[in-house]
Amino acid sequence: MKNKYDVIVVGAGPAGSSVAKTASKAGLDVLLIEKRQEIGDPVRCAEGADKEGIKRHIKPDPRWIAAEVKGSYIFAPDGTKLQISEKLSGAEVGYVLERKIFDRALAEQAVSSGAEVIVKTSATGLIRKNKQITGIHARSIGESVDIKAKIVVGADGVESKVGRFAGINTTLAPKDIETCAQFLVSGIEVDEYSHFYLGNSIAPGGYAWVFPKGEGVANIGIGVRGSRSGKGMPVKLLSNFVKHHFPTGKIIEVVFGAVPASGPIEKTIANGLMLAGDSARQSDPLTGGGILNALDAGVMAGTVAASCIEKDDVSEKALMEYEIQWRETIGKKIRKSLVVKEKFGTLTDEQFNTLAHSIEGKCKSTMNVFDMILALFKANPRLLWEFRNLIK
Amino acid sequence: MTVTVNRYKCGYCGACVSVCPMAALELVETWIEINDSCDDCDTCVNICPIGAIESVKE
Ligand SMILES: Cc1cc2nc3c(=O)[nH]c(=O)nc-3n(C[C@H](O)[C@H](O)[C@H](O)COP(=O)(O)OP(=O)(O)OC[C@H]3O[C@@H](n4cnc5c(N)ncnc54)[C@H](O)[C@@H]3O)c2cc1C
Repeated sequence: MKNKYDVIVVGAGPAGSSVAKTASKAGLDVLLIEKRQEIGDPVRCAEGADKEGIKRHIKPDPRWIAAEVKGSYIFAPDGTKLQISEKLSGAEVGYVLERKIFDRALAEQAVSSGAEVIVKTSATGLIRKNKQITGIHARSIGESVDIKAKIVVGADGVESKVGRFAGINTTLAPKDIETCAQFLVSGIEVDEYSHFYLGNSIAPGGYAWVFPKGEGVANIGIGVRGSRSGKGMPVKLLSNFVKHHFPTGKIIEVVFGAVPASGPIEKTIANGLMLAGDSARQSDPLTGGGILNALDAGVMAGTVAASCIEKDDVSEKALMEYEIQWRETIGKKIRKSLVVKEKFGTLTDEQFNTLAHSIEGKCKSTMNVFDMILALFKANPRLLWEFRNLIK
Repeated sequence: MTVTVNRYKCGYCGACVSVCPMAALELVETWIEINDSCDDCDTCVNICPIGAIESVKE
């Protein structure tokens, strides 16, 4: 490790590795730091991702593809089943990944593009000169170090501190977070579809999911909206759900985590600083999917970092290009998702059932989530009046 | 006043850190550290997916 780089990226998840790869490919001197001793572990994810999206970033490799799914089934509280195709909006399914290996493969890509990676190293603060951020204070394998950089990128996930260090308030209100528990369950029958279960008693303000991970194994989890959760609620609801639906299942791994569900936040840049991925709250509020948005935002951040450093201007004004790019793309999508999520959060189980009945049997295999939302709106314009502006 | 984390229960996922309005919590690899700025708002208690956080009222 040197004491000076062009770019320091904090956090080696999908966002961080994507920034590091993009910036080093563009010729920058990049350091990627990860506080854990093992990149990708423990997992905090249900591991579903759209195939085409993933392929934009990395060549598919059977080492990190646990299963491929043909589409999704959505179950209303009364059991009514809707089917949608492989392309979901946001947390698109298609691949069910093995994130422990996937995240490492992404970090390897960054390394082979020329980035330096260091693990068991945590950013603990920012170095400032005048109003410019010029590096980080870090704890590297127990030792305090200062490392300088022209640009610091916070890709430090849901628990992000880098934004707050820079004075950007990224604290999530309980209503803006999904708190989750997941079991990897073995010894069960699974098909080639991802399953989503809706209902106020199943998962208040969220949903339960079953994502197949190969022969007899699946990620089974529950996300609950923070404002409707109580102490330990996700894990209690999940235990009941698994007992009820998969009585023979054996739990071989437990996963906990939270997904930002706030929609676009006010600001993700400062002088010499950018945020990307979950730290920028770029995950989809409706589906909870964040892998692809993190990868895409990483490319945008890495590209803008390279052009700003080339022009020798890393001020907030110059970095605005990143802010504009992600809001035009990811931002627009997650803003729409937020409208749908807010509305769904007000529905009773009876209303969910009514909605499901209204389009039952009418879902085409080519439908994605927004096609379904459109069909729901057409069939129930009064109930879903808030959706009228989504349809353009 | 503060909260305590049962580290035998904690799944070190960082959910609590993301909602703490005082930035009093930090996820250090496999445990949570709490600094003095905790003002006992109990937001984290209800967010923790496994119920590992207890509020301690004096
Ligand atoms: C239960 C659950 C299920 C999910 N399911 C899906 C799904 O099916 N599909 C999908 O697309 N998304 C899913 N998500 C969301 C997805 O996991 C995230 O959006 C994605 O991981 C975000 O990537 P990231 O790189 O921004 O953050 P992360 O993957 O969280 O990576 C951040 C990294 O930064 C490190 N770090 C944090 N602080 C510091 C520091 N101070 N110094 C150094 N390193 C630091 C962390 O250790 C971590 O490795 C799910 C999330 C949860 C919790």
